[in-house]
Amino acid sequence: MSTNRTPTIVGAALSDYPRAPHLSERQHHAQALTRALASSGLSIKDIDGFMAASMGAESAISLAEYFRIDHKVLGGVGIGGAIFEWMVQQAAAQILAGQCETVAITYGSDLLTRSGRTLGTAGFYRAGDTISTSVMFEAPYGSTIVGAYAMAARRHMHEFGTTSEQLAEIAVTCREHAALNPNAMYRKPITVDDVMTSRMVADPLHVLDCCVISDGGGAVILTTAERARDLPVKPVHVLAAEGTQTHWNISEMPDFTIAPSAYSGPRAFAKAGLKPSDVDTIQLYDSFTITVMLMLEGLGFCGRGEGGPFAASGALKLGGQYPLNTDGGGLSACHSGMRGMHVLVEAVRQLRGEGGAAQVPDAKIALACGSGGFLSGHALVILGTELP
Amino acid sequence: MDDLLEIPADLTALPTPDVAGEWKPFWDAATEGRLLIQACPACGQRQFYPRAICTGCGGEPEWLNAAGRGTLYTFSVVRQNLVAPFKDMAPYVLAMVDLEEGVRMMTNVVGCKLADVKIGMPLEVMFVRAKEGLHLPYWRPRAAA
Repeated sequence: MSTNRTPTIVGAALSDYPRAPHLSERQHHAQALTRALASSGLSIKDIDGFMAASMGAESAISLAEYFRIDHKVLGGVGIGGAIFEWMVQQAAAQILAGQCETVAITYGSDLLTRSGRTLGTAGFYRAGDTISTSVMFEAPYGSTIVGAYAMAARRHMHEFGTTSEQLAEIAVTCREHAALNPNAMYRKPITVDDVMTSRMVADPLHVLDCCVISDGGGAVILTTAERARDLPVKPVHVLAAEGTQTHWNISEMPDFTIAPSAYSGPRAFAKAGLKPSDVDTIQLYDSFTITVMLMLEGLGFCGRGEGGPFAASGALKLGGQYPLNTDGGGLSACHSGMRGMHVLVEAVRQLRGEGGAAQVPDAKIALACGSGGFLSGHALVILGTELP
Repeated sequence: MDDLLEIPADLTALPTPDVAGEWKPFWDAATEGRLLIQACPACGQRQFYPRAICTGCGGEPEWLNAAGRGTLYTFSVVRQNLVAPFKDMAPYVLAMVDLEEGVRMMTNVVGCKLADVKIGMPLEVMFVRAKEGLHLPYWRPRAAA
């Protein structure tokens, strides 16, 4: 009898957030892994594949030593905040191939505690720096993270008539969901008008169009469907994991209104044998409101250029067709720099029925999509409670 | 909104390119007032930023003098940048310009009022001396042909 090696998530957990001055980056990794193991019924000694990423200095190799993981597979290369969806793709392939049995993917970041709230608007280069990479063609002009995404938003408005009010609906929706999450950084409801009148950081993005800066980490454990059968957990199967990179620096983005998910999304749906309307909840990397809008279009939840009216339609709210970021998202709950882990864990929580007050009733299919760099790489995972 | 967008008063304070490295021909040309992009003699692809390989066919690209004319593809008015010297420059216009030759580059739009910056506006390049051996391209409005 052949073994069912369908890659299956059996553990998923977050470390403390949004403020965790008691945790170092390494401790975020460790706390999340401990919790993910506890939620899976596995021991750390079951892990024979390991992948990890951090905002700071902690690498996969130093953490593999710290955890004393005897790995047959090691990974840690990826693209900014989308790295964890890429890791699921790698882990799933390695498990399917029989290269290893159980992979732990961990993340830790003490961004807020270490750096304060400066990531998006600090720019990358300062007075007197000499740049020898291709970024030399951007650095003299004062490009910031918010400025880069703002240029994408401006182009979307120009081509499709998208409005700031429509972008604001995404922030309002995430805040509504954050109100249901006791751990969320901000829980007080906001209105479209609140977003519109909040401080402009880089036109057309207001401060409430931008994610929070927090601490936080997470861990996900994957094994085979066969092994999962013996564990005291509700299995969450990986139906597809795909990623696309179209550029790295923002000035190299081929079309500022087409996100890389426009390529990775259709590939993932084809592999899963599903279509967007089959999905019960979507966890999309919301570094900025425009990030979500471009993903909604790229992944096919609405047509190209239709993201504005779609965001305002109510479809993204709990009770709507595609409840978005049920933990409150990066816009309101938690963003420690690489939110790809958090969208993944929230998708698993929903499929396990652990969504609490924000539980999507009878959720069977969930999609988590990460974004790295400057809309540079989008990798997504489609998860399901039933074996394919 | 009525203030003229100006070139930073002190360009020596900017983070600046290493003009002696791989991209020396580009920066040398800039000091002469020429804007270089690349064209591939094998497949015809044009590209910027310059690379040692043609991303269209893997061949060896050659330098091409661009006309220095383009249109504004998109922009943002950056109102907050916590790092010097940009901290004191804000608000400034971070922009992408589409060149007539079919490539795109980042710049700051200067020489007009903030309220007059519009996607699609015709632009022309100008070079401003930052320090010895370094002239930076900026783009300003031009009269449409």
